[in-house]
Amino acid sequence: MTGPDLKALIEAVSNVVIAHADELTDLDQAIGDGDHGVNMKRGFEAVVSDLDQITAKPVGEALKAAGMQLVMKVGGASGPLYGTLFMGLGKAWPETLDQTSLATAFGEAIDAVKARGKSEAGQKTMLDVLIPVQVALAAGGDLDTICDTAETAAAATIPMQATKGRASFLGERSVGHMDPGARSSQLIINAVCEALS
Amino acid sequence: MKKLMNGVDTILRESLTGFCAAHADLVTMGEDGKFVRRAALKQGKPALISGGGSGHEPLHAGFVGHGMLDAACPGEVFTSPTPDQMLAAAEAVETGGGVLYIVKNYEGDVMNFEMAAEMASGDVMTVLTNDDVAVEDSLFTTGRRGVAGTVVVEKIVGAAAEAGADLASLKALGDRVNAATRSMGVALTSCTVPAAGKPTFDIGDDEIEMGVGIHGEPGRKRVPHKPADAIVADMMDAILGDFDASGGPALLFVNGFGGTPAMELYLVYNAARARLEKDGYSVARSLVGDYVTSLEMQGCSITVTRLDDEMAGYWDAPVHTAALRAGM
Repeated sequence: MTGPDLKALIEAVSNVVIAHADELTDLDQAIGDGDHGVNMKRGFEAVVSDLDQITAKPVGEALKAAGMQLVMKVGGASGPLYGTLFMGLGKAWPETLDQTSLATAFGEAIDAVKARGKSEAGQKTMLDVLIPVQVALAAGGDLDTICDTAETAAAATIPMQATKGRASFLGERSVGHMDPGARSSQLIINAVCEALS
Repeated sequence: MKKLMNGVDTILRESLTGFCAAHADLVTMGEDGKFVRRAALKQGKPALISGGGSGHEPLHAGFVGHGMLDAACPGEVFTSPTPDQMLAAAEAVETGGGVLYIVKNYEGDVMNFEMAAEMASGDVMTVLTNDDVAVEDSLFTTGRRGVAGTVVVEKIVGAAAEAGADLASLKALGDRVNAATRSMGVALTSCTVPAAGKPTFDIGDDEIEMGVGIHGEPGRKRVPHKPADAIVADMMDAILGDFDASGGPALLFVNGFGGTPAMELYLVYNAARARLEKDGYSVARSLVGDYVTSLEMQGCSITVTRLDDEMAGYWDAPVHTAALRAGM
């Protein structure tokens, strides 16, 4: 991946998150504290404003820098979690990039998110999208498959009862709503797939 | 939405600027508005730093000053501050005694303070407050939230720091105060986050939310509105039923959420006090007012701390902050 490719990719991801800020906030108002969209927008706007500096670095370093920007700008729980995801991916970025090595690196980034959030699959969080996407990636799935996997996985958080995050305070009342973090993860995966296709 | 503001992007900064100007004898704004710090520091004293989302004023900046915090990091409304704020605050107010972070148990706050502690170079310890009995503490939740009891921790630990206690003793005392403290809230109305522009939750004229959190996040259950005595009875059942032992001296703290008249807060205090006395407690110390708010939400929380002599002594120690002043 070259600098211009990386720039286009990070820009595409940022723009999708920014464009869906209201939707993410609406989802968060239903079962959280109603700030997910606003916070993610602030973080990705900061990434965009630093885009030239970030993408002047090698890919791994650029991902780490973008992650640090998210940690320092987003706040809430999503700042450390998305920051850790990007920093983790940057740290694990393979020297030789292919689908297998990318899947391994993505898996390591997800492990870092799990450790940061003390969370696992099935708790109605962003992990419920990221984990199946990693599995599809590791199984050799193409871009369409990965995109579909993310969409199905985000929808699958609707009937779940949250046991992590602020939605967990709702108990059974968290059932019937899509998890905002799962939705933002799906949007990001979707944007990556579209940018690469 | 009707609020006294100029824009959602400037509300926090304008409010903080006003706060620091109004209390310039006590506090100074840190670089870039990342934190509010004491105007004068005491060399060698462990630095007490707290922080959290804004919208809970006077928490936390209102408790910066002699006898309480050295710095407070305000996040966006109802959003945890970020590690760069905590690091900058620590750098500004650490004077050789280490840093004690006082953190309310919300995942966002916990993770951001954790990352700051990992990035910090000096001695850092953390007291996590989790006094809210509304949340069932089980494998299926993220654990109890830190709510109004945080003020009690900040006051008592702050006094101990002023008296010369070291970092490890302050951490131990903070944990002990937290363990002796229980809170429960009730909301009559929702609140509106400025950036969201609409109420956080819908609630009917004839309904109340029992066990509400300090961000208007739902609590235990939605029930029909009823007389105050019956509401207080439910709250006190939850609080007192959660202690391992009962009786003895207690601090009773009735906290308004921002939209509740003082008249109603004192009425709640009256009912809660009668209940404590009936159950064999003596109300040794009291606090009533808006200290940990949820923007303009109507409702209140009740906090009970089972006091020992050391805690009571530190509670009585002089304090001079924007929101709490006694003995000096």
